[in-house]
Amino acid sequence: MSRLVPAAVSTRYGDRWRVMQDRLRDVSDLHRSTTIVVSMAIAAVLMIILPKLPPLNIIQPDGPWYDSFANAGVFVLLAMGLNVVVGLAGLLDLGYAAFFAIGAYTYAYSNSPFSGQDLPFLPMLVIGAGIAAVFGIALGAPTLRLRGDYLAIMTLGFGEIVPIMFLNLQPWTEGTNGIGGIYRPEALPGLGEFTPVSSFNYMIVMLVIVTLAMILMYRLHGSRIGRAWMAIREDELAAAANGINTVVTKLLAFALGATTSGLAGVFNASKLSIVSPDQFLFTVSFTVLAMVILGGIGNIWGVAAGAFIVFLIQVVFLKQINTVVEAFHIPVLSDINFLNYQFLLYGIALVLMMLFRPEGLFPSRARKAEFLAESADLDAEETPEVQGSLGEVPGAEEVFGEASGEGVR
Amino acid sequence: MTASAIAKPARGQANRLVRITAVMGIALVAYIVLLWVGLTIVNGFTFERAFPVALQQTINALSIGAIYALIALGYTMVYGIIELINFAHGDVFMIGAFLAVVLTGGIFGQTGAQTNVPFLILLLVASLAFVMPLTGLLNMSIERVFYRPFRHASRLAPLITAVGVSFILQNVALVVAGSGDRGAPQIFSTDWEIPLAGAQISILSIFIFGLAITLMAALQLFVSRTRLGRAMRATAQDQQAASLMGVDLNQTIALTFLLGGALAGAAGVVWGLRFGFVRQDLGFNAGLKAFTSAVLGGIGNINGAALGGFIIGFIENFASALGFSRWSEFLVFMILTLVLIFRPTGILGQQLGDRA
Amino acid sequence: MTDVLHAARVTKRFGGLVAVHDIEFTIPEGSIVSLIGPNGAGKTTFFNIIAGIYDPSAGEIIFRGKSMIAHARRAWLEPVMWVLPALAVGLVTFLLGQSGASSGLIALGILFTIISLMVVMVVGVARPAGYSELLMKLGIFRSARPNDMVVAGLGRTFQNIRLFQNMTALDNVLVGMHSRLKATWIDALLSTPRDRREEESARQRAEELMTLVGLHGRSKEVAKNLPYGDQRRLEIARALASNPTLLLLDEPTAGMNPIETADLTRLIGRLRSELGLTVLLIEHDMRVVMGISDRVTVLDHGERIAEGTPDEVRRDPKVIEAYLGTPPA
Repeated sequence: MSRLVPAAVSTRYGDRWRVMQDRLRDVSDLHRSTTIVVSMAIAAVLMIILPKLPPLNIIQPDGPWYDSFANAGVFVLLAMGLNVVVGLAGLLDLGYAAFFAIGAYTYAYSNSPFSGQDLPFLPMLVIGAGIAAVFGIALGAPTLRLRGDYLAIMTLGFGEIVPIMFLNLQPWTEGTNGIGGIYRPEALPGLGEFTPVSSFNYMIVMLVIVTLAMILMYRLHGSRIGRAWMAIREDELAAAANGINTVVTKLLAFALGATTSGLAGVFNASKLSIVSPDQFLFTVSFTVLAMVILGGIGNIWGVAAGAFIVFLIQVVFLKQINTVVEAFHIPVLSDINFLNYQFLLYGIALVLMMLFRPEGLFPSRARKAEFLAESADLDAEETPEVQGSLGEVPGAEEVFGEASGEGVR
Repeated sequence: MTASAIAKPARGQANRLVRITAVMGIALVAYIVLLWVGLTIVNGFTFERAFPVALQQTINALSIGAIYALIALGYTMVYGIIELINFAHGDVFMIGAFLAVVLTGGIFGQTGAQTNVPFLILLLVASLAFVMPLTGLLNMSIERVFYRPFRHASRLAPLITAVGVSFILQNVALVVAGSGDRGAPQIFSTDWEIPLAGAQISILSIFIFGLAITLMAALQLFVSRTRLGRAMRATAQDQQAASLMGVDLNQTIALTFLLGGALAGAAGVVWGLRFGFVRQDLGFNAGLKAFTSAVLGGIGNINGAALGGFIIGFIENFASALGFSRWSEFLVFMILTLVLIFRPTGILGQQLGDRA
Repeated sequence: MTDVLHAARVTKRFGGLVAVHDIEFTIPEGSIVSLIGPNGAGKTTFFNIIAGIYDPSAGEIIFRGKSMIAHARRAWLEPVMWVLPALAVGLVTFLLGQSGASSGLIALGILFTIISLMVVMVVGVARPAGYSELLMKLGIFRSARPNDMVVAGLGRTFQNIRLFQNMTALDNVLVGMHSRLKATWIDALLSTPRDRREEESARQRAEELMTLVGLHGRSKEVAKNLPYGDQRRLEIARALASNPTLLLLDEPTAGMNPIETADLTRLIGRLRSELGLTVLLIEHDMRVVMGISDRVTVLDHGERIAEGTPDEVRRDPKVIEAYLGTPPA
């Protein structure tokens, strides 16, 4: 660190805190999986106990809290999955809800009076995720060669098309009404039945899933593929020039993101007991994106925490603000139903974060600098985008490659 | 320079214009025939009945294509100059549509067709004069506040911000105007029609087409003949070189956004007149189609945007005329996919920095 | 002694601009060859062609005996090839449907159509070994991409240092090793012993490479914080990580002071003598060129105007003219 910090500002406590942070980080790096399991276990205990105590149990009883936690868990999973795509691989996927829908409808087909099937829950988690992965590959293979902007539009379009297809293909999907009466998962050993009233089981299952997901994602992050993702984010051309097949590497991220989303979809369908196209609109994709940005793009536990917090604010506290404001008859504010404004708030929050703190609430070390970095070099000198196999991608600037490359020296 | 050398460019221009008009005419005739055949075969119309319907639909296609073209221009100009997809552009169009309703319905208290022609003209002019500068300013402000900070940053950051801005605009409209359709006063009567070959040709559609062509011609003249237009073209080709030549980048980029926004505003005014409703997700849908138009025609190319807009409009019209309107979004998305995979530079696009 | 690289009549046009024209060029194994010429001569373009970034407009590059880079032939046929299996299966399904097969069979058929389309698309994108050979049999040739060239044994550095700025030095080198590591993402997910062993040995080797280039003990430093000269060394270490046969160095001593330049020149010599590398250099610093090259090739305005030993080239009147211009008449 070559910046000059006035001696008065840098205190001994500041240094000690930083040393402790570094040490904590080193330990957790070394025994990552253990750290995750331990942390999640602690979180689980807190999530079970705190709703039974004030102030939480004053706001609502423990049952609804467990329900909120379970629902929050869905978004935590979604945010973690999108983080792999956007945060780790640097691909803007605006149609993330499509895979969510695919997973949900898959489960609906497997477990409802509509289809007449009743397949076991845990295998369906895997199958639903797998089918979403298939679609992820189907979308990604042709489009991941495109530049970021175009990829964003393509995913946006895909995110639009999927609910439309579910809407229009009435005979197979029940159109606007959706598929209802989806069977709950079978009772699990030690936990008992899954009921709509007590969401405790759902919460526990989600905790397990999230823990597993975290362990796996951190493993990927520290592996050869994680480095490849980071290299592609930093400088795609240099990454290719070092032997990375950028399309396949991106496709892997994309497919893994789709898998996670599909998994969340299966879980969500089993919990809500109904799927319909309007559950999977762009607002969902955007909300998850906002959670990733707010949480800390690229930071695996950061987005999880961010998603959790944002969801709870939305579901619990906004409602509470309404109640409080009404109770006190505050003039202007009590006319406002805050729940209507939630999406507007997400949009504003996202944009404000991008302008003032793009690294998010819980920044990841590398991402922080990188996100703000000047990318002047990327277009100026050397070369165009890495070419796809079917010709140039828009924006190729070969004509300037030679002239500016040689001339400047 | 001899007189003949000076005269040559003018004649060349005239020749080009004649050729373009001829091509357009042929394309129109081809479309009518195509639709005619389609209606007969697919929808079971009789030959005689299908023709007037085909004719009417063709005129409809012209008007919807004109709207998409106007919006597409904004996308293509902005992309040409800073290589960013202005996700919020479609929503600027939507805001324009709402503003037009506010003016004609709210301020002027109109609810339906205005039969007093001079007053109608006054209203139309007022709408355009009111909405276009506002949407232009809106677009310009969006660039100033949300995109300029990211001008030198990685590509991901401004993209995400653009999506955020788009989302904000949509939700502002939602909060202010509620969800669901809001009626737009169709002051330009949709009943005014000219009978032609058994069909009723809507004058409104012709007006829309004419307005769009006028605006596009004005834009083309501006970009090719004026100093500022030249600055825009230079910046689109090579930002660094342009600024070294004394072009004020900030001003040029702001101007691009201003013009694009104004055109989107015009499209918004016209939308309300034509379709009679406005809704907060107008921008989302029309934006996607307009962007596809821009890509199809050749991103960064003004003529391409116009061409693409009309093509998409016609395709959409074809689908809905034959009864597949529910699949129009799917169709447009497929077109976008195919274009990006097989010819990402679009129809009129060229591979070497030859931009708007 | 075989030739590591042979460029045959390589030409590259950007629209109307001819960047390089009819270049003939050979690099014998184990040699150090320098490519010099005034600015705008086409050196970097030529480099980029070899590295797989550009398709040449004409001519070909034969690398280690294999024709790797040339203008694409019948490229349009490739997507057709992708669609064909799916089309076939789809057709079969359709016919089955027409002839009244059960809906389960039809569903299966649709499933297979989709799967076959996707499998082919993924194979087309991933380009495993043998895919290019298959394409060749159909007369389809696709020029090698940068990552293909690395797999084939090419390493390169960039004129303006393209390190992964926010990654550590060690991670940069590890990325360089990407194509040589065998563990898949599944191994990483499951943290198999094979994955852990490979990561361990990869790290060791990366450390060795860093020591080789003179950056011992600097693994944890973030790349953008390294001093300029060290960044150049790191980029070389990264390029070496893939065990290349041919190393392309684009102005490696640019911006360096005489001491650093001498150090780097020595390093390049050691790369040849200790690692058996063949090196192609673009350089402007004549001391480096004359000091270390076995052969020198001179480009001007996209054409090869001279080639030979350093001494021969130095005395060639065409070369002098290219650099200094013709003396006044």
